Order: sequence, then structure tokens, then C-alpha cells
Amino acid sequence: MTFAGILAQVLHLALMLLAAVLLPGLLRLLRARLQGRHGPSLWQPARDWLRLLRKQPVLADHASPVSSAAPYLGFAAVLAAAALVPGFMHGMALAPMSDLVVLAGLLLLARAAEALASLDAGTAAGGRAAARAMGQDGFALPALLLATMGFAVLTGTTAPDAIGATLQEAALGPRLALALLLPALLAVALAGTGQLSSGSPVPEASGRHLALWEMQRALRLVLWVALLAGLFVPFGTAFPDAGPGGWLMALLFWCAKLLLLTVVLALAEANLARLRERRMAELMGAAALVALLGVAWLFLSAGVA
Amino acid sequence: MIPWMLSGLLAFLALLAALGAAGRARAVQGGVALASAGFVLLGLAALWQGGTVPVLLPFGPPWAPLSRGPDGLSAWFLMLLGLAGLPAALAGWAAADQAPRRLMLWPLLLAGLALALSAADAFGLLLGFALAALTAHALLSAEGAWVTNPRLGRLDLLATLLSVTALAVAVGLLTGLSGDLSFAGLRAAPPEAGQAAAILLLVLPAAAARAALPLLAPLPPGPALLLVGGAMPPMAIYLLARLLLDLGGPAQPLWWGTPLLAGGALLALAGALRALRQAELSPLLGGVALAHLGLVGAGLGLAAALRAADLAPLAAMAAGAALLHLPAQALFLALLWLSAGEVALGAGARHLDRLGGLIHVMPILAWVSLAGAAAAALLPPFAGFAGGWLLLQALFSAWRAGPLGFQLLTAGAVALLGLAMASLAAALLRFWGLCFLGRPRAPRTLGAAEVAPLPRALLLALLLLSTLLGLLPGPLLRLAEPALLLLTGHGGGPELGGLISTSAGPLAADYAPLGLGLLLALLLALAAGAMRHASPHPSVSAPPWDDGFMAPPPHLPFGDPATQPDAAGLATPMRPLLPRWPGLPGAVRLPGRPRWRLRPARRGTARRALRFSLGAVVMVLLLLAWLGGGA
Repeated sequence: MTFAGILAQVLHLALMLLAAVLLPGLLRLLRARLQGRHGPSLWQPARDWLRLLRKQPVLADHASPVSSAAPYLGFAAVLAAAALVPGFMHGMALAPMSDLVVLAGLLLLARAAEALASLDAGTAAGGRAAARAMGQDGFALPALLLATMGFAVLTGTTAPDAIGATLQEAALGPRLALALLLPALLAVALAGTGQLSSGSPVPEASGRHLALWEMQRALRLVLWVALLAGLFVPFGTAFPDAGPGGWLMALLFWCAKLLLLTVVLALAEANLARLRERRMAELMGAAALVALLGVAWLFLSAGVA
Repeated sequence: MIPWMLSGLLAFLALLAALGAAGRARAVQGGVALASAGFVLLGLAALWQGGTVPVLLPFGPPWAPLSRGPDGLSAWFLMLLGLAGLPAALAGWAAADQAPRRLMLWPLLLAGLALALSAADAFGLLLGFALAALTAHALLSAEGAWVTNPRLGRLDLLATLLSVTALAVAVGLLTGLSGDLSFAGLRAAPPEAGQAAAILLLVLPAAAARAALPLLAPLPPGPALLLVGGAMPPMAIYLLARLLLDLGGPAQPLWWGTPLLAGGALLALAGALRALRQAELSPLLGGVALAHLGLVGAGLGLAAALRAADLAPLAAMAAGAALLHLPAQALFLALLWLSAGEVALGAGARHLDRLGGLIHVMPILAWVSLAGAAAAALLPPFAGFAGGWLLLQALFSAWRAGPLGFQLLTAGAVALLGLAMASLAAALLRFWGLCFLGRPRAPRTLGAAEVAPLPRALLLALLLLSTLLGLLPGPLLRLAEPALLLLTGHGGGPELGGLISTSAGPLAADYAPLGLGLLLALLLALAAGAMRHASPHPSVSAPPWDDGFMAPPPHLPFGDPATQPDAAGLATPMRPLLPRWPGLPGAVRLPGRPRWRLRPARRGTARRALRFSLGAVVMVLLLLAWLGGGA
């Protein structure tokens, strides 16, 4: 754990938080412009959060401490996951701890906290929200694990940072396996960020609790975008021995990649209708199949080569 | 030294059985607890020494002298036996059960299991297993498990007898003509092709039946369930590990492990789906236990296959996953069973639709069982995740073993395990959320009081141990080295990581639970501090603001239960993929013809497209396999 690694890690976390403030606003703005509307300002989500923070949280009469503790747990789990995704530099301080399966587990932990908070008030809408939350991530897990297996076969590891470094150093060229893993992970990301389903995550939350849930959702979006960028387009990421100039270039590259992927996401979202929950399960099944095909292709090419 | 002390403990247990027949309840429960603690200590000591030298006892049949002496593998399972017996005995002490016909069975069951586990020859193993299996059946009967369904009891007895017979035949096949029943002698002459297949066919169903039946028995949550459910399944796993991997394992082909791998993955999914479907506490937790058993079985099967492919470090990783998961699941299942027992005792109901809101009256139990449920749901810094992570990593690397069929099997196992883990998390969330959150669904619920001091201390101790295991899996994995050496011919060693992190290989990823836990705690504290600074207003409470919420009617002071989510409703989001095969445990029996026939989908639907792409994937895979085989 070097000083540069720690510095890069802190900078990465700060950038992720900044992106979490900006990207949802950008996504909303782009969606409005694509639909021919003027749209809200870029800072609207941040303004909403500040407004929520000024309000007093209102809990249901029979709510337990779970309602007030779960938002923090969910936010901390997603924040930890955000600290573990690859950033603008390889070999950040927490990179040795990072692993795709651990990331999946942390996201599931956050989702479980969300479902518990929904169930706490004991209302019908809360039950539906909890069931939807668990179902969403549940169906995405096989596709995510299969894609992870694909990366493990391709690069020999499941640590996203090491995968990115290996792919960055490998010869540039079209790869069928990556082309198959990308749509699978993209579908998982769309499901995981909640972009394809409507409705607020926790029906009874208010005040700072609601702000925490909304921030968690924004952070999840940034996390997936950064993860996809780090896995599939690792080019331009600095190595630890790069000088200040290298860091600056890598930072610019990273921001450009994030912006580009957000625009792609906005375009995909504008063209995809909101999916019903049953259709979501089928989309995840298709993602798992595509990932399986990619893994099988890797087996075959490894056997031939 | 250790073999003689074990024999002493066995004699002590026989004495306790006599005391139990005389109705001395406290003596029996205290003695069982002492003996269990002794098993844990002796198992740890034997592991520390790296196994013991077997000693011959001065009695036994002339053709098979009884020998004692736990090697690394049996020492590991002896420790597990103690871990299952200790909480059961303490819970029994707290419940103060006095019936002699039940009491005398406790030490007998423990003695049978210890006899089987400490034996250094196949005859002792068989003898102990027969005693334990029959005692377990007797204990289940004495607890009234078959009262509602006597046919199930007869089936259980039949399965017990058949599994003992099958094991006897398998041991006979293993011995061959040499007549040498000691493990060392059997290991020196592993079975050949046809014989090996016969042994696999005999041992697998026998062990599976013994492992699964106590968990499927309709037993109310209580001390007996803790003992039988906690001690019998690891015994079956021990049989599999000993007969298939240790004694029959060397020089087997690749397919040797595949039935166990596929069966384990399917069992994990079936158990998780059963847990998601059941609404009574103990069948639900039985499903959870089955799912974890499936994970362990898949790990052992993968280890056998990888060892056959001469990938010993990878095989050690898979076997390490299985061995690491066993104590973890023993701890958190004991915790969950104990909490379920306390819930049933306090709230007077075992159906999820008659519970709810218990966190207000039993806060300590609620938080402790939440940690147990998180561990059982395989969430990161908790106890269950390390084993699951190692198993997944072993599956990710297993493609190096060879042919395309096996590689596709591992990919299928990964998909199945993903679905199983997700269903398991959903099932445990449903269990905990419906028990402890929301409003009470029956007035009786609010009459519950916090757990009594002794069970509370037991719950806290289990929580502490399970958290410790979750944060520091490395030392335990090191301790398992003698067992891994027997199972795979490779001790794991430095490849599987150091003290604070678990590794999947020198170049592969690491899992550092302690660091992850610290990171989570740090970020949690940061978030809480920032929020306290940014939004200092205290919260107020008000009636729920929600579409469709109605104030409680006068005749239902806690609100209409029908306005709350119920057990069936919370299982629905996983419904689209839930298979409804009639043979699956816990499947709903539907009137008329079975529903699993594929109906033609309508044109232009996503379902049709999905089915089409599934067909296309299978066709492409077959084509590629054919081309790859030709190249």
C-alpha cells in the first residue's frame, strides 16, 4: 500500500461521489432533450437531496429501528462497492481487496437492507417493494456470476482491477467473448441501477432516509458505469509508475469514458420501454444465456489454442 | 493419548444413556454438553497434531479388531459433532425436557456418531453409522415427528435400513478379497472401474438419504431438531468424503466427481426454493440447511473431479470451501434453529402468517437472528460468504480440468449456484422480515417476552463464534490442512491465503473479510457522522403514509393482517423461474396433470424469443463441441 495508492484511492472515492451528484442529473437532462423537452437543470438531484436533508424524517407508528438503520447500511455497502471498482489508475490502495463476487455480495447486501426497510412499516406497498427488490437482484445474479466466470477464464482472475490491466496490456483486436459478455453485463447493470423499473425504492422513507436511498441509487448508477468502463474499455488507465502528467491524462480519459457511457445509457433508455417485472426476469434469463454462450466460446477457444 | 480419551468419552456417553433411561434429565443434558465440549477440544487437538496413530482396542470381532484413532478428516468432523451437540445440549438444559425415552437417545446418538467418526477401520465406521442412524430415527419418532403422517415414519425407517445395507455392501466392495478393513489397507487398494461405479451408486443415495431425511422430517423447532439436524447431515458428508474421496478417490477418472457436483448444485437450488416456498418455521429452515448441504456436496464433488485431473491445488481449494463451510453452517443454523424455537415459544405460532412485529418485544433475539440470517444468506463479511466465495473461485478455475462436457457442467453449476444464492437470500429475508418486522398479525404475538438468560447467552456465544469465523476464515483453513491432505493429496498451504485473507491462487483474486468489515464499519461511521451534521432533526412518528393503508378496525387492534404482506405474496417475485416439478421437495401438489409441460408461447412475446434463443444456444454449443472435437 503505497502513498500514491492511498492518494489515488481517496481521489477515486471523491470523484465517484462527485459523479454520483452529476450523472443522474445528466441522465435526466439527456432523457428530456431526447424527448424534445427542455428538462431540469444538471444540479436538480443535488437540490432535491438538500431539500430532503432539511426535512424531518417521518417514521410509521410501528416502525422499528430497522427503518432508521437500514438506509445507512445500504449506503455504506454501495459506497464500499464504489471504492472497490476500478478507477482512473491501476493499483489503488483497496484494489487487492476488490473482486467481482465480493462486489456482487455487497450490492446484494445493500438490496437486502432496502428490502428490510420496505418491510418494516408492514404495508402492502412495502411488501411489494421488498419482493421486487429481492427479485431484481436475484435474477441478475446468475448472469453476473457467469460473466465473472468468463473474465476468470479469459484473464485468470476475478479482481476487476487486474482484469482491466490484463486486457489493457493485451493486443488490441476484436474479441467475440467480450462482445458476448458486454450485453450480459449491460443488462445486469440496467437491472441493478433500477433504470428499467419505476417506483421509489422504499415507499415509507422520508427526510434524510429518503435522501440516503436516492443517493444510494445514484451511486449505484455511477458504480455500474465505472465498472463497465474499467472492464470493457480499460484503455487510458494509468499504471502506478506514471508521473503527474500520466495521472492527469488518465483522469481526463476516465471522465470522458464515464460521460460517453452515460450518453449510451441515456440513448438505450430512451429507446427501451420500461419493462414489467415479469419481462425483467426474462431479460435476465436472456443475459445469463448470452453470458453462458460467451463462456462456452472461451472454453472452446482455450481448448483449440 | 487422544484415542484413549475418545474411548473414555464414549464410555461416559454409554453411562449417560443409562442415566437418561433412569430419568436424570439434568445429569444427561450436562453430561452431553461436557462430552460435546470434549469432542471439540479433542478434534482441535488432533488437527493440531495433524492426526493420530490408530490404536487397537482389546475387544471387537476377531475378523475386524476395533481400532480408534482420528486422522485429520475425522478430527475435523469430530469438532463439527461437538459444535452441533453443545448448543443442542444447552438448549435442552434450558428447555428442561424430562421424558426418559427421549433423554436416553441423546447420548446414544452422540455415541454412535462419535464411534463412526473416531473409527480407523470400515467396520467401526459402519457400526457407528448404523447405531446413529437408528437412534436418529428413534429420536425423531419419540419427538412425535410422524404423528400427522405415519407413512413418512415408515419411509424413514426403510430408508435408514436401506442406507445401512447399501453402505455395508459398498464397504464389502471396497475391501475386495483382501479382508483388510483398516483405512490404511483400503486406501492402498482403491477400487477399479466397474466396482468403483457400483460403490458410487451405493454410497451417494445412502448418504443423501441420511443427510436429507432429518431435515425434511416435520419436527417442531427445539433442542432435538438442533441435535439431529445439526449432527446427522455432517455425518453423511463425512461418509461421502471418507468413502468416495479418501478411500476410493485416488486413481479415479474425471467423471467420479461429476454426480456429486451436479447433485450438490441441484440440491442447493432445490433447498433454497423449498425455503422460499415454505411458510412454517422449521420446514423453511430445513430448506436452508439443505441448500447449504448442497453447497458442501458440490465442493466435494468438484474436489474429486479436480484431483482426478491432477490439479491438486485447485482440488484443495474446492475441498477447503466444503470444509470451511461446514463449521460456518453448523454455527449459523444452530443460531437460526434456536431463534425459531424461541419465536415459536414466545409468540405461540410457527406459521409466518401468524407472526410479525416481534422486534418490538424481543429486540435482542431479533438482532442476533438477523446476523444469523445474513450469514446464512451468504452476504459478504458474514460467516457463510467465505466458503461460497472459495467454491465459486474453484468453479471458475475448474475449466482447466479438461473436456468440454465437464467445462459446461461447471458453467451450469455456476448458474445454478447463483440462482440458489439469490433464492436463499430472498428466503431468509422473507423469514426474518415476516417474523420480526411489520405489525403483529395475531394478538398473541405481543404476549411474547425477551429470551431467558441461558438461551440468550447461548445465542450471543453462537453469534460471536460465527462472526469470528466470518472475519477470520484463514486460520481455520490452515487448521484443516491434514484433512485437505487426505481428501485431495494437497494441504492447501500458502496458496489458499494467509491469516487475514483467503486467496484463490497466487495470481487470482483475494477475499479479505476483516478488511472488508473494517471498510464497511468506517464508511458506515462516516455516513452516519455526515448525516448527523447535515440533517440534525430528530424523527417523528405518524401513521403510515401509503396508498391503501387503513386505520385498524375496532375488532382488530393491531390492524387487519390481510393488509400486510404475507408469506405466499413475498415469494412471488421469484415465481417466474420457480420450477414446479412434482418430485421436488416441497412442491405444491397440483390437481390434474403435471404443469411442467411446455406450452407453446404466443407469437411475438419475449418468452418465445427467449425459448428460441435457448434453442439456438444449445444448437450452437453442440455444433461447436462437434467442431472442437474434430479439430
